Amino acid sequence: MKRTHILVCTGTGCTSSGSFQTRDALVAELKKQKLTDEIDVVETGCMGRCDLGPVALVHPEGTFYKNVLAADVPKLVEEHFLKGRPYEKLLPADPTTQHVIQTQADFTFFNRQLRIVRDNCGVIDPEKIEEYIARDGYLALGKVLGEMKPEQVIEEIKASGLRGRGGAGFPTGRKWELMRQAPLNPKYVVCNADEGDPGAFMNRSVLEGDPHSVIEGMAIGAYAMGANRGFIYIRAEYGLAVKRLHIAIEQAYQYGVIGKNLFGSGFDFDLEVRIGAGAFVCGEETALMRSVEGRRGQPQPRPPFPAQRGLWGKPTNINNVETWATIRPLILKGAKWFSSIGTEKTKGTKVFCLAGKINNTGVAELPFGTTLREMIFEVGGGVPNGKKFKAVQTGGPSGGVIPEQFLDTPVEYETLQKLGSIMGSGGMVVVDEDSCMVDFARFFMEFCCDESCGKCPPCRVGTRQMLNILNRICAGTGELDDIQKLEDLAAMVKDTSLCGLGQTAPNPVLTTLKYFRHEYEAHIVGKTCPARVCRDLLHFEIDDPLCKGCSLCARACPVQTITRVGTQKKFQIHEEKCIHCGACFEVCRFDAVQKTSPGRRAAELELAGGTH
Amino acid sequence: MNLEELKKLKEKAQRQVSLREGNKKYRIVFSMGTSGIAAGAREVMTAMLDEIDKRGIDDVEVAVTGEIGLVDAEPMIRIEQASGEKVTYAKVNADGARKIVTEHLEKGKVVTGLAVGKVKE
Repeated sequence: MKRTHILVCTGTGCTSSGSFQTRDALVAELKKQKLTDEIDVVETGCMGRCDLGPVALVHPEGTFYKNVLAADVPKLVEEHFLKGRPYEKLLPADPTTQHVIQTQADFTFFNRQLRIVRDNCGVIDPEKIEEYIARDGYLALGKVLGEMKPEQVIEEIKASGLRGRGGAGFPTGRKWELMRQAPLNPKYVVCNADEGDPGAFMNRSVLEGDPHSVIEGMAIGAYAMGANRGFIYIRAEYGLAVKRLHIAIEQAYQYGVIGKNLFGSGFDFDLEVRIGAGAFVCGEETALMRSVEGRRGQPQPRPPFPAQRGLWGKPTNINNVETWATIRPLILKGAKWFSSIGTEKTKGTKVFCLAGKINNTGVAELPFGTTLREMIFEVGGGVPNGKKFKAVQTGGPSGGVIPEQFLDTPVEYETLQKLGSIMGSGGMVVVDEDSCMVDFARFFMEFCCDESCGKCPPCRVGTRQMLNILNRICAGTGELDDIQKLEDLAAMVKDTSLCGLGQTAPNPVLTTLKYFRHEYEAHIVGKTCPARVCRDLLHFEIDDPLCKGCSLCARACPVQTITRVGTQKKFQIHEEKCIHCGACFEVCRFDAVQKTSPGRRAAELELAGGTH
Repeated sequence: MNLEELKKLKEKAQRQVSLREGNKKYRIVFSMGTSGIAAGAREVMTAMLDEIDKRGIDDVEVAVTGEIGLVDAEPMIRIEQASGEKVTYAKVNADGARKIVTEHLEKGKVVTGLAVGKVKE
């Protein structure tokens, strides 16, 4: 028997901060201390606290360690595993109280969550099907094939109130029913794992941490809808998720939980992975299907909907990773249990990604109806460095920003839509007072402009024109009617684009115009960037009394425009050559470099007609 | 694969992960300070883990702690029950450890010859 399991997170977040090295160091050190008979090192999927990586969780105590680098391992093994006391150096602290946190259970970030979809993530080794089976894996599939008719499964899903987690929130049961009723055969089920929003990584975390939950959900869905073949469409950038999916599918075949005649029911289900090249538009279902078929990923007009004519002209059901992963717990615990969680209109939980200017960056699963404030300030631990919260962008580049006055909004599909944003994949990018909202909108517009597939002109040309205007405003050369032009273009792109990419691309601009119009006006009229972000509107100066003459700024300056004042010790910036990169501001340890956005001087404004 | 086979597999596999799920009936705490280790606590623990494994006992978790304070009574083991009952064993050797597993953990009977204190909270 092993007395202790050390769970090392090997999700993409933690592996990029070195968790594979940590794992190797742990295995070597335990061997050296002759502890291998007592202690196991287990690789798990994402635990959710990517910013603290590499993270490790020690059972049975539940001690949660952060930033466990290979170099820390010998001391950690000595303290915790030989002497039996927590190694304090690697314990996390609560961002608000600064109290040291000993166990995962004491961590607000973890104990505020309700984990249904991510129940196994960070608990089991995703590369071992046995561990999944130990946690009731494939029991739901066995139950469905043995005890339920396909129609009953669909009824159960309908009764649960489950809605698609891909963004639009279409009732899953209804979608399955439409597919079941489609007359053509064969039918296909598809998992949309083409997660493309900047700041969204919840699907990746599920696929890396618990790939079998998606496979089982798909097998159940295929049975209910009358399909025998499934595809998981995933982007090539998700290397680790692709690898773990391949391993999981192979093991599932070996154990006979997918393949021929499952559980003696006569039902066959074959599953394969299709890898995409990572185009944002391929998350759109019609483009996705073309890519699965091996063609260029471009959207098609709907109808026909995929349930009528999908892959190779046959009925096809496409659900998101999270939707598929929800099926298993829903079947095991029943529709009644599932519908008791969440809100009136939206049942269950949603996995959110907290990113941007937030203390607890990572993945958190919460019931629908949780307010933005709870999400950002309780689970997320608030905004770091004592900065002021400004807004949160929900739903990635297709979503919009939500300012402070709406923080008490309970999060579900309809409430976010009312504010001009969307749920989308569940990404939450927090913005603080140091961010310029015009620049922020420009970032997302640039993303959509790059990712536009080019098939329809409103999206291809419209997003480009909008980006040009935003660039101009940020550069300080915007004109007063630019706001009107932006609004007109936004309406046109939204109304006339072929697919969701174009139809939602103007959302960040529209919401920032709605809630932060004054920032646009400040750029255009006052030629100033209130958040001091837009380079062309900045001015750098060295404040003489504070300058100690240390020369750090002069050495950091890429254009050598900082020199000593005459023969004195102190430095000065020569404005004419300054490129406003801010390198001097970043390196100065005495706050002597002043960053301002002075805007137009009073005299100039008077000439321009006295606007403020 | 049929449902019966899956359930059997599950039972077998559960032992692998049950350690991570908590809520065990017994918690065994080894005094693993310098004096404990010098008196042979490591070997005692190895024997105990082996016996627990052999008997397929699931409902226990094992922890180590520092010096308890009674140096000449090492190796010491404390068995804490979820109900609050605690029994401390002293001068435990490998055979004693195996006996504690078969008597205390399996049958719920305290091994009186080794127990030094029993606190009911």
